[in-house]
Amino acid sequence: MFRDSSIIRWRNYSDRYMLEGYGCTNCGKKYFEKKGMCVCGSLDFNNLSFCGKGKIVSFTKIHSGPEVFQEQTPYCVGIIDLDEGARITAQIVDSKYEELSIGQDVEAVFRKFYKSGKKGVIHYGTKFRPKF
Amino acid sequence: MNVGVLGIGITKFGERWDQGLRELLLDAQVKSLKDANITADEIDALYTGNMGGGSLSGQLHVGAMASENLNINAPAVRVEGACASGSLALRQGILAIESGEADIVQVNGVEKMTDVSTEQVTTMLMGAGDEELEGFNGLTFPGLYALLAKAYMTKYPALTRDLLAEVSVKNHFHGARNPYCQFRKEITIDTVKNATMVADPLTLFDCSPITDGAASIILASEEKAKALGSKVSIVGSGVGTDSLSLARRQTLTAIPAGKIAAKKAYAQAGITAEQVSFAEVHDCFTIAEIMAVEALGFAKEGEGYKLYENKDTYFDGRIPINTSGGLKACGHPVGATGIKQAIEATMQLRGTAKDRQVKNAEIGVTHNVGGSGATAAVHVFKKVK
Repeated sequence: MFRDSSIIRWRNYSDRYMLEGYGCTNCGKKYFEKKGMCVCGSLDFNNLSFCGKGKIVSFTKIHSGPEVFQEQTPYCVGIIDLDEGARITAQIVDSKYEELSIGQDVEAVFRKFYKSGKKGVIHYGTKFRPKF
Repeated sequence: MNVGVLGIGITKFGERWDQGLRELLLDAQVKSLKDANITADEIDALYTGNMGGGSLSGQLHVGAMASENLNINAPAVRVEGACASGSLALRQGILAIESGEADIVQVNGVEKMTDVSTEQVTTMLMGAGDEELEGFNGLTFPGLYALLAKAYMTKYPALTRDLLAEVSVKNHFHGARNPYCQFRKEITIDTVKNATMVADPLTLFDCSPITDGAASIILASEEKAKALGSKVSIVGSGVGTDSLSLARRQTLTAIPAGKIAAKKAYAQAGITAEQVSFAEVHDCFTIAEIMAVEALGFAKEGEGYKLYENKDTYFDGRIPINTSGGLKACGHPVGATGIKQAIEATMQLRGTAKDRQVKNAEIGVTHNVGGSGATAAVHVFKKVK
């Protein structure tokens, strides 16, 4: 249902497509996701662009995936600390799972996520791969 | 705080193709009424924990379904907090009594999960995480806990693959001794290690199953409980919350909400971790039980593995954990799990747990987690002297 919606995904195209995030104007903390209130209590944020480089904090290989990811299963997902300081969750591609490690340098790539709904709308977003 | 447990009722957990959401709920409700030896019209309010009724059965409004089932018109509410829905419903029931609004409350938990495909259940459960930040990237619940396991076992290598498997082996040992359990079968470390990989490093036997089931408990005010001869009281209730997503969490090697909930519940009950006789904890995945025993103060962070080296957590061990079989063996009908934990604690304190009875049980604790740790609820149960 919601995974078939183009609007839900369209609303987030700036972070999905361009890896844009937010920086707190009060304390400087950076976030990838939209957020209600900074840990410092401020509600004032600046838009910012992440350069797309970071390090793996944790990762796994998913062998049993949800409906829309069936054709990609198995796939790797990780938590990544971006160089600017924000932490994000993303798929890690273009690498054998066995060759990934915690602390490894990775970089952002623009990729297809999944096709959904009767019209087969294709959703795109950012994944990561080991740094070239 | 002192709220009495008057009655308990539970369905057999498992693949219950014979019964739907309503029938499962009714079965547990009728059993708890019978056990409490009261009639439905004595109930002042009902709270029912349920997560997937809307997405798996097309049935919301489960609160009113519970009152309709008993032909009463009392206030009824469905409570949802992902896998912690049951314990959150229990807490609402306790608060209703503590506020003076109700004397007798029925708290239920129900989940009907096997009518649809595993992929659909996986999608529903992922609603407990952050859909925008995690679900969109293909994360699943086993995936989230695999990320926690990987981070934990990298920081604390003393938790080996074999010791992690011990969690599941022990829970199956208990489950084999519990009549309402889904998998009444003992397993070995090899069963866990050689099972199909779900999300590395977690195999099928590190993961709790998909389960149908319902559980029901009747609570009463201290006075009423005393008059009706209740043998068990709830003396502490604590809830902690945290970020929906793992990326927003302060740590990946603990579940802080569990610690917050335990601290509150212990303080309310006036107890310390050392006084606890046994605990029912949220082992949705093996790694979650390790983090649970640490959150409850039975071991320091990073040292939870020590309890699994010498059978300390078996029903006759130093600190028995999950004598019901836990989520792993007993089954995990999401909304019912928190109430099942309360029922197991009540059975242990009543001394009716038979083959898995903990000796000299005085104080029992339940620990129920929603999502990857965004909600945690801890309750303290005490034997009435």
